[in-house]
Amino acid sequence: MSGSRSGSLDGSGLSARIHHFTNESVLECYQCGKCSAGCPLARDMDFPPSYLLRMLQLGMPVLDEQVLASLSIWLCLTCEACVARCPKEVGLPRIMDFLRQESLKLGKVNPKAKEILAFHRSFLDSVRRTGRLHEVGLIARYKMRTLHLLQDVLAAPKMMARGKLRLMPPRGAGKSDVRKIFHRTSAADPTVTQPLSSSDPQRCREEQS
Amino acid sequence: MARIGVFVCHCGENIASTVDTAEVVCASAQIPGVVLSIDYKYMCSDPGQNLIREAIGDRHLTGVVVAACSPRMHEPTFRRACADAGLNPYRCEMANIREHCSWVHDKSSDATAKAVDLVRMRVEKVKRNCSLFPIKVPVTKSALVIGGGIAGIQASLDIANAGHKVILVERDPSIGGHMAQLSETFPTLDCSQCILTPRMVEVAQNPNITLYTYSEVESLTGFIGNFKVRIRKRARGVDEKLCTGCGVCTQKCTSRKIPSEFNTGLGHRNAMYVPFPQAVPNKPVIDRSRCTYYLKGKCKLCEKICPAKAVRLDQEDQIVEADVGAVVVATGYDVKGADFFPEYGYGKFPDVITGLQFERLASASGPTLGKIKRPSDGKTPETVVFIACAGSRDPAKGIAYCSKICCMYTAKHAMLYRHKVHEGKAYVFYMDIRAGGKMYEEFVRRAIEEDEVRYVRGRVSRVYERNGILVVNGVDTLLGARPLEIEADLVVLASAMVAQKDAESLAQKLRISYDRDRFLSEAHPKLRPVEMNTAGIFVAGACQAPKDIPETVAQASGAASKVIGLFSRDELSREPVVARVGRNAAPLFSSCMGCFLCESACPYQAIEREEIRSRDGSLLKTVARVNEGVCQGCGTCVALCRSKSIDLDGFSHEQVFAELLAV
Amino acid sequence: MRMGFFPGCSLEGSAREYAESLRAIAPLLEWELEELPDWNCCGATAAHCLNHTLGLALPARILALAESAGLEELLVPCSACYNRLAATRQELQQNVELRPKISQVIEMELAGRTNVVHVINALTRAANNGLATKLKEPFRHKVACYYGCYLTRPLSTASCKRAEDPQEMDDVMRAIGAEPIDWAFKVECCGAGLSVTRVDLVAELSGRIIDDAVQRGAEAIIVACPMCHSNLDLRRGAIQRNRRRRYSIPVLYVTQAVGLALGLDRQALGVHRHFVPVRLPEVSCAARAALTREDVVHGEREL
Repeated sequence: MSGSRSGSLDGSGLSARIHHFTNESVLECYQCGKCSAGCPLARDMDFPPSYLLRMLQLGMPVLDEQVLASLSIWLCLTCEACVARCPKEVGLPRIMDFLRQESLKLGKVNPKAKEILAFHRSFLDSVRRTGRLHEVGLIARYKMRTLHLLQDVLAAPKMMARGKLRLMPPRGAGKSDVRKIFHRTSAADPTVTQPLSSSDPQRCREEQS
Repeated sequence: MARIGVFVCHCGENIASTVDTAEVVCASAQIPGVVLSIDYKYMCSDPGQNLIREAIGDRHLTGVVVAACSPRMHEPTFRRACADAGLNPYRCEMANIREHCSWVHDKSSDATAKAVDLVRMRVEKVKRNCSLFPIKVPVTKSALVIGGGIAGIQASLDIANAGHKVILVERDPSIGGHMAQLSETFPTLDCSQCILTPRMVEVAQNPNITLYTYSEVESLTGFIGNFKVRIRKRARGVDEKLCTGCGVCTQKCTSRKIPSEFNTGLGHRNAMYVPFPQAVPNKPVIDRSRCTYYLKGKCKLCEKICPAKAVRLDQEDQIVEADVGAVVVATGYDVKGADFFPEYGYGKFPDVITGLQFERLASASGPTLGKIKRPSDGKTPETVVFIACAGSRDPAKGIAYCSKICCMYTAKHAMLYRHKVHEGKAYVFYMDIRAGGKMYEEFVRRAIEEDEVRYVRGRVSRVYERNGILVVNGVDTLLGARPLEIEADLVVLASAMVAQKDAESLAQKLRISYDRDRFLSEAHPKLRPVEMNTAGIFVAGACQAPKDIPETVAQASGAASKVIGLFSRDELSREPVVARVGRNAAPLFSSCMGCFLCESACPYQAIEREEIRSRDGSLLKTVARVNEGVCQGCGTCVALCRSKSIDLDGFSHEQVFAELLAV
Repeated sequence: MRMGFFPGCSLEGSAREYAESLRAIAPLLEWELEELPDWNCCGATAAHCLNHTLGLALPARILALAESAGLEELLVPCSACYNRLAATRQELQQNVELRPKISQVIEMELAGRTNVVHVINALTRAANNGLATKLKEPFRHKVACYYGCYLTRPLSTASCKRAEDPQEMDDVMRAIGAEPIDWAFKVECCGAGLSVTRVDLVAELSGRIIDDAVQRGAEAIIVACPMCHSNLDLRRGAIQRNRRRRYSIPVLYVTQAVGLALGLDRQALGVHRHFVPVRLPEVSCAARAALTREDVVHGEREL
């Protein structure tokens, strides 16, 4: 098959799936470490970016598991500093996107990434409802998902005083069009766009994982 | 009457396991004109060749077809065997029933039938082959060496000491090249100039070598053994015969503070200058783009104070023409500057320098007299970070290859720094350590174990400046890709070795091949490292690929030996497979109409114009004529000629059509 | 010059002053902004992180809206929106098989004709077309132009020519009389979308940026992205706690700086909405005397 230049790109391993869906080959990386050197959050990750790629290169299931369960993929800021300086132009941002999506699909999200995932989900929930992001709605949903009810509570009045807190959700805004888009794309990834409810199966899974 | 012998080879199992060789023998025997058809297990072996030799004698053969492997393999073998037996070698051809048949098909009757066809085609051709005789071309026993670095110097000395004349052309005011800029060489830490300058002086003093410095090759025409070169001797502004090299003019020159090329921009020179004290020739040069006189018409101080009255401000470039028999290209390399690296500051941090610049700092004759000092403030750096692979092995920056010498010179630089600054800390950020030469591995270990250079495996993402210090953001991949930030006083980039900026235009001028990195392409990567595909032109040194000094010297001597070999004969023998314009008797003289489409199409510029004149000298006709010395027998002209006036010896229209019609 | 306008979600809420200042300077720069009707969220980071197709479809709808309105150019103020729109446009141009799939999802045709233009590029055009002659109060301050990630990466779609040490914003600031400083954190990430979920990391990253700018003598930080502004301004408290010192340096949107130089009123530019009060030092008399209108007109530096 195209791209099967070596063992890791054949078959069903994670690197093979990465190559199939993103056209990026983990074999291009020669482990120079420049990405880790320039990544703003490398020190805070469990596996810095080049280390993560090394785990993928070996094509071993136990390492694939660790990659999908890592915190790194969720801390990643998508700042693209890695690929900008990478001598081999390895498309790490695209690989990271894929790893996040796989991690979510397979239910392997790192527990420490709970808030970050909740934030992304709350963001998309808001967009799905009104076609645009309603910041207040985003924060409200986020707090309900994570139960960090008092977070940033002091910021709210300051925002209000400066006219930056828009309480009313956006109107019109191609709402129905956007809803349809979500519906059509959720077939590809059902876990993403389930509406939030008190008996949210996603929330239960998050708390368990 | 044709008497053709067909010899079918089994090539062990290579042919015999797929093609029924007995059947081929039988079928070939039926072809009209074939008087002998036999097979043998290994035709190329001595007994096999003997079969051919004996057959030629016994059966009075007029042509031989060997059905075996590719002519690229053994055509010379069989042709030599025929020649030994008295048959003109060009009456011997091979039918390739291996690469073209047994190796690409499965065993079947079709494969055998194809082999039979291939043999028949060849037989039809060979029946029409003529005897051809090698073309003799005279050889001018004088060599042109382009480039006066260590490669050019070595090649020139070798050729000159073998008794032949050499013209050495160097673009810079002095020979010596980059080796003259180095401080010490690995792995011995010999002083570079100390080992180089004796050779430079030898070049100047050798009676067989004519040295043109501050000169460039304008054009090269001709062919092996018979080149004509035009050299532009740029105007120095000084009469070299009168100049004594006293140096007063260079000291007093009023146009100052020009960044010195020899000192890689770290030091200054004047408009009138000698690049370095040991320059050969030790005669100054006036940089007209900076000289007050040429820019504004004033000054002329040099002219006034020269004790030997040697300054010639109105001197003009001179063109020198010479005949040479061989050319050695030894034009060397260039190094990427710090401005090549966006993540290391685009060249705006004065304390981020390249390896070549570090050489100048470390060199006793350099701008800091051998003391390692920061270019920004002249202070001694206490922490130096060396970044290996800066630009090399970096497809994103357009340089995918390894520059080969950096691992070694980085270790050397780190060691020199530690020797000169005992309390200093040296870090080397590397990806791999490539130390394959003699005593190289030991050298690097010495840097790590004895001189305590801290080697960190990982690259540097970026370098920025803060309060006069350089912050280096690197990583240690051996510690789990842990980011490492180091505050350094000096950062040295082991910058990529690249081809000279004008390598491409020079290669086009000389009509030699080069690759996508603009390094010159040798004829064969393994077995012909010093020859070019263009006959008579040889290559030596880093212009062909990154390499260190021992390899350069070896290659230069190799190129020289090829030249000496070429000059060991008075005449050259060339393959007679060349094109030929037909001539007839008067009044036609030739069917050639003089359209000269062939002349413009010939890739080797081998077609000339010939004037046919009557006895009283009036011009009757101008026709094309093939220069047998240059023609490579490609056949382009033959295909284009509208009047079919030009044909290819060895592959004539008649022969080729006979072959095709025999399928 | 008629341009499509895509404000992006944050300009309606937390980045309100960016919208205000942009709309205020538009008529002075002869920009006719036609806001896309019914525009949707571009999906920002969340969409492409969780669902690749969604991450392309949302920006694709925006591009299709602009195209069907016959707009040649779409002005985008937010760097994250710019990044998503430009990346989507490029991916659809390069991957021919993807186009019909996305068209189907958004139920609109998309040929990719509309050019996505960041406010910085539009300002550069203005700077090259006599912006300097319109100045009422040249912005004579030392500024640190902060580009962040999405203005400069990836280089193939970026609005800036250089990935390290870009100069586009610096040139615009020079054109309005400012003195942009050379500093080391121009393109280092501020912490982006972790503003809510990992304030500690944002404080660290944004703190480094502010620290470098302040140490090099900047009087203001200029940004062109709501996310960056939020992290450097709204999160100032967290930054100060992380670094255990106070920083009073204000953060201005580039449109606000341009507006101030064009003589517009602070209120109109939303300068009062920032968390960190915008107090700029008075230009010293000597400095003012040294600079003339001529200096400003010819002040653009050639790169």
